[in-house]
Amino acid sequence: MPASDTNPDVSALAQAPGIEEWHLDLHAEGIRGDEAVAHLHGLLLRAARFEVFRRRGSLSQLSAVELDELAQDAADDAAVSVLRRLDDFRGESSFRTWAYKFALLEASVKVRRRAWRDREVTLEPEHWESLAHAGPGPDDDAENAALLEAVRAGIRTALTPRQRQVLVATVLEGVPIDVLAERLDSNRNALYKLLHDARRRLRAHVAAAGFPEVNE
Amino acid sequence: MTGRDLDPTLKRLLGSGEPEIGCDECFDQLDRYVELQLAGASADELVPGLRAHLVGCPACAEEHESLRALLELDSVS
Repeated sequence: MPASDTNPDVSALAQAPGIEEWHLDLHAEGIRGDEAVAHLHGLLLRAARFEVFRRRGSLSQLSAVELDELAQDAADDAAVSVLRRLDDFRGESSFRTWAYKFALLEASVKVRRRAWRDREVTLEPEHWESLAHAGPGPDDDAENAALLEAVRAGIRTALTPRQRQVLVATVLEGVPIDVLAERLDSNRNALYKLLHDARRRLRAHVAAAGFPEVNE
Repeated sequence: MTGRDLDPTLKRLLGSGEPEIGCDECFDQLDRYVELQLAGASADELVPGLRAHLVGCPACAEEHESLRALLELDSVS
C-alpha cells in the first residue's frame, strides 16, 4: 500500500450531510433525478480515483492525465452498473458503501488490464514445470521433495486441461484473474470456480499420495 | 491445513479447503462485510465463506482492501 492514500484530488469530495437520502432521487425524473445522478457520479469518481491512485505503481508508464482518464472511465462504467442495479440495493450497508464497491471494481479491473495490456499471457500448460522453482529449497528434506512431486504429478494427471491452464496462469504465472478472463473470453466468477475445482482435485490427489494434512 | 509449513506457492496452488463463496457472491456481500468489520462485529461469522474467498482470490482481496481503506479515509475526512 502506498505511504499515503490521501490523494488531494479525491479528498476534495468529503462526506455530505443527508448522503443516505439523496439516492432515493436516483429514481426520480427531471432535475431531482439529474442532480442525484451527478451526485452519484461524484462519489464514484472519488472511489475510482482512490483506487487508481493506490494501484498507480503498476501503471508507471501512464501520465497523471491518463491515470485520471482511467478513473473517469471507471466512474462512468460504475454509474451505469449502479443505476442498472438500483433495485438490488437492500440496505444491508450504507448506499455510499454499496456504490463505492462498483467504482472500486471497475477501477481495479481497468488498472489490472491496462498493466497487462502489452504483456504476453502464457497459456501453455507445460509452464507448470516452473513449479520446480517454487517448492522446497536444496536443504529441505525428502518428505518435502515428495510433497512437491505429488503436487506436480497432480497438476499433470488430476486436472482437466482447462483447470490446469487456469491454475498455472493465475497461481504460477501471476496473471490477474480479470486479465485471464478477458483473454479466454470468460468472466472472473467462472474462472474462479474452475480454480476452486482444480484446487479441490489437486488436494485430493496430494492427500491420496500420502499427505492427508492438505485436506485438513 | 495443519502440521506443515507449506511454501506460499504451494499454499496458493492447493487452497485452504475451507468452504468459500465465489467472486459474484463476494461482490454482493462485500459492502456489508466491510461495514461489519469496521463496526467491530463478527463479520466472518455473519458472512460465512467470504474470508476464505479473499484468501484464495487476490483480485477480490484487493477490492476488499480498497473498500475498507476508502471507508476508513471517509471516517477521518
